Amino acid sequence: MSAPLAQAAAPAAPVFELLDVEKVYQVTRPAGFLRRETRGLAALDGVRLRVPGGSSTALVGESGSGKSTLLRVLLGLTRPTNGQALYRGRPIAEARAAAASGFTRDVAMIYQDARGSLNPRMAVADLVAEPLRHFGLCTAAELPARVAELLARVGLPGDVAQRYPAALSGGQVRRVAIARALAAEPSVLVADEAVSGLDVSTQAQLLNLLADLKESMGLTLLFITHDLGVASYLCERIAIMYLGRIVEAGPTNAVLEAPAHPYTAALRAASPQFFAPIAEPLPGEIPSPVDLPPGCRFASRCPRAEADCQGTDPALTSLSPGRTAACLHPLATGA
Amino acid sequence: MQTSTADPLLSVSGLTLHRGARRILDGVDLSLGRGETLALVGESGAGKSTIAVALMGLLRPSEARIEGRAELAGEGDLFGLPERRWSGLRGGRLAMVFQDAGAALNPCFTVGSQLTSVLRRKLGLGRAAARARAVELLDSVGINDAAARLSAYPHQLSGGMQQRVMVAIALACNPDLLFADEPTSALDVTIQAQIVRLILDQTRARGASCIFVLHDLALASQSCDRIVVLYAGQVMEAGSSAEVLKAPRHPYTRLLKSCVLEIGTARLEPPAGGVPPWEEMPAGCRFASRCPRALPRCAGEKPPLTQEGGRALACWNPE
Amino acid sequence: MTDTATVAPRARRRSTSMLRRRPFFTLGLAVALAFALAAIFAPYVAPYDPTFQDIEFMMTGPGAQHWLGTDSYGQDILSRIIFGARYALAIGLCSVAIGALGGLVIGLAAGLSDGLVEWLLMRLIDSILAMPSLIMAVAFIAILGQGVDKVIIAVGIAMIGPFARTVRADVMQVRVQLFVEAAGLMGVARLRIIWRHILPNVVYPLAVQVTIRISEAILVSSSLSFLGIGVTPPTPDWGLMIAEGRGFVSFAAWMSGMPGAALAILLIALSLVGDGIREEFDPKLRDGA
Repeated sequence: MSAPLAQAAAPAAPVFELLDVEKVYQVTRPAGFLRRETRGLAALDGVRLRVPGGSSTALVGESGSGKSTLLRVLLGLTRPTNGQALYRGRPIAEARAAAASGFTRDVAMIYQDARGSLNPRMAVADLVAEPLRHFGLCTAAELPARVAELLARVGLPGDVAQRYPAALSGGQVRRVAIARALAAEPSVLVADEAVSGLDVSTQAQLLNLLADLKESMGLTLLFITHDLGVASYLCERIAIMYLGRIVEAGPTNAVLEAPAHPYTAALRAASPQFFAPIAEPLPGEIPSPVDLPPGCRFASRCPRAEADCQGTDPALTSLSPGRTAACLHPLATGA
Repeated sequence: MQTSTADPLLSVSGLTLHRGARRILDGVDLSLGRGETLALVGESGAGKSTIAVALMGLLRPSEARIEGRAELAGEGDLFGLPERRWSGLRGGRLAMVFQDAGAALNPCFTVGSQLTSVLRRKLGLGRAAARARAVELLDSVGINDAAARLSAYPHQLSGGMQQRVMVAIALACNPDLLFADEPTSALDVTIQAQIVRLILDQTRARGASCIFVLHDLALASQSCDRIVVLYAGQVMEAGSSAEVLKAPRHPYTRLLKSCVLEIGTARLEPPAGGVPPWEEMPAGCRFASRCPRALPRCAGEKPPLTQEGGRALACWNPE
Repeated sequence: MTDTATVAPRARRRSTSMLRRRPFFTLGLAVALAFALAAIFAPYVAPYDPTFQDIEFMMTGPGAQHWLGTDSYGQDILSRIIFGARYALAIGLCSVAIGALGGLVIGLAAGLSDGLVEWLLMRLIDSILAMPSLIMAVAFIAILGQGVDKVIIAVGIAMIGPFARTVRADVMQVRVQLFVEAAGLMGVARLRIIWRHILPNVVYPLAVQVTIRISEAILVSSSLSFLGIGVTPPTPDWGLMIAEGRGFVSFAAWMSGMPGAALAILLIALSLVGDGIREEFDPKLRDGA
């Protein structure tokens, strides 16, 4: 989706740029009696993604689609086995290692398991103060005021500061994680399912908080989610992943209103909608990334698969300005 | 609450459940006709799962004190039954599909042995007959190559497949009433659609009723004939899911609905705060502390659940 | 649960004192404290000099003058038990401190290192664990010689193995936690991550281990003196006293029985305290303050 997206997203240098990123894990599995064989498992297989500064991108996919691996590549926790993963024009691993690049301060992360990402032996005040201390952002005297301000910004009462994460509710823990992520005044926020598993009213509160923060701080947002509603609420752009590859990308509302890729259409149909009859579900499950078929990786479940889909692996191609899809027989988008 | 059919299967009245000093459920009324599907919806702490667990007789008297009646057609009041009768009902006329199939299935036994043991114990089938029936059941829940899958252990199956096995076990004895406690919240959306369809198709084919515990209102509107909206153990509103969700009369139903994200939602307007802790729970309508339409009397006086044209509502100031 | 909910009830439960909620813990704590106080103030509490030999009252049974009787040298058993508590507790606390500290260092290193270093450290821990702590302590006494200080060192070293193993297991569990990864993402230095994030999550369970293992250390040290290779006579040590009374069990059972009972009561009290603390501070049950 590189070329068309560049036009759509002003001349600003991209924050993240992935060029045909591949990540292959070696897995061993039994091959007959007392024999094991090592196979390559391609968690990511030629991912192209461009995240311009100030944009908000939703990365959507089911479990097994490679979202988590992509996230680890973006954060520099793992190196791609092939292709390039760039942060503001330089390889992510290099940027992470170089203190001067500011990567660690500039890119903040909100984990899906917010509770697990907070040290249970530290009070909320210390948790939020840690990035402030670490990056030397304020003096010791200013610290309590700064922490109180951050907590207020994410909508937490001041008395939470002295509590431990275990004494907080799920929604409060997420807010603490957000406050901590914002403490270093990052310009990029990467969030992994940051609002899943919560009650709807809490989820709505957090979504509004994130939307407001994005607006007021000018954050570049990369939001990983499985919920199309969340994606459309929070992000201008969307990238749909299936089996280690981005199969469709473009402006969120355009993509969701008229999906080009049959997988996007299936996801769209499967997400619950008021009063609509339950759509015919997609058959089968996401196949194992070991032993992929030669053709389109979605062909085995695709309702529109034709003979050539079994043989030809479609590349991500431009359909209309700003929209790309990897499908030989895309649905009409009306564009 | 009125049943929409003339053939009631279950009718619960005044179900109140105490756990220590807390009233987890506070006078819950609901009823269900044969072949109907009912959704229990609400946020966490609403008591939706507790109702299912109580109606399955899975709460020991030491854990919780239960008041009220639950009439199951042909059994009388469930809460008056001896434990021996309960264990006959569970897995027989009453069955349950849990949220986390991976945890509900025993990891030490194969799918086949877990399925056949139910069939042999409850239906008294012989070894070969149980096996044949197990293959049939797995086949009917959409598991390919069912005979081979009998020897698989739960961990060898994907989450969706595990949930299918759970459904097969629950349906093994042709239950009259199936409880499905958030059966799909651990699954991906495409798999969720498969499982919900499966449960609906299978219960419909058997003429069984189904009570879904759900947090997703849109899914409830798609899958259930009727809906009961709960908040902190009290019934707020109930009725046909289309009517209740299209034109909510209770402020809480409206609130829940307004928080549901649909594709293209422009702006959510969630209320601040959350469910109050038990110590601060209003004595009357428990939603009073968050209600935008609360009147002075709401916090002190519990509104009765009144029936009107097939819908039930507990509110002093409905819309 | 939604936002503001859930805090109050837990806080309330916690505010009722641990002493009132756990009667057995309280009982154990009271007994252990009584032993500790008796040990500290032994010269004021004990009715006699523990090494004073009264020829007239040799092997007298428990009575008004000598509450718990006297031994074959006419020494007052109650006084000897009270002074013996000093050695028991001192040896227990000091050797556990050595074991815990050594275990913490080795366990932390083993849990955080990999490759050859980890392999070497694990084999070191395995070799300590290969022998029961008593046999291990006997071996060290053979090298170091007898005496209270030697016993402390011997028992302490023998306890490094079990401590190191539990610390390593905790470290392995904590180092893969998300909050450790999160700190790494922020660019926090490795040593600081260990200090701020890993160590606190390892030290609390270690402290619980310490309270439980004090009784084991006391038992091992008493066993050493019982075998005659730990503390030397006429030091009033319980193990030694039990050993001395062994020959007279048939007609002066109190000589071995009284110090034995003191040992048993202290060990039970300490394990009650340890269990109470473990249940109270188990990370899975721990919340809030």
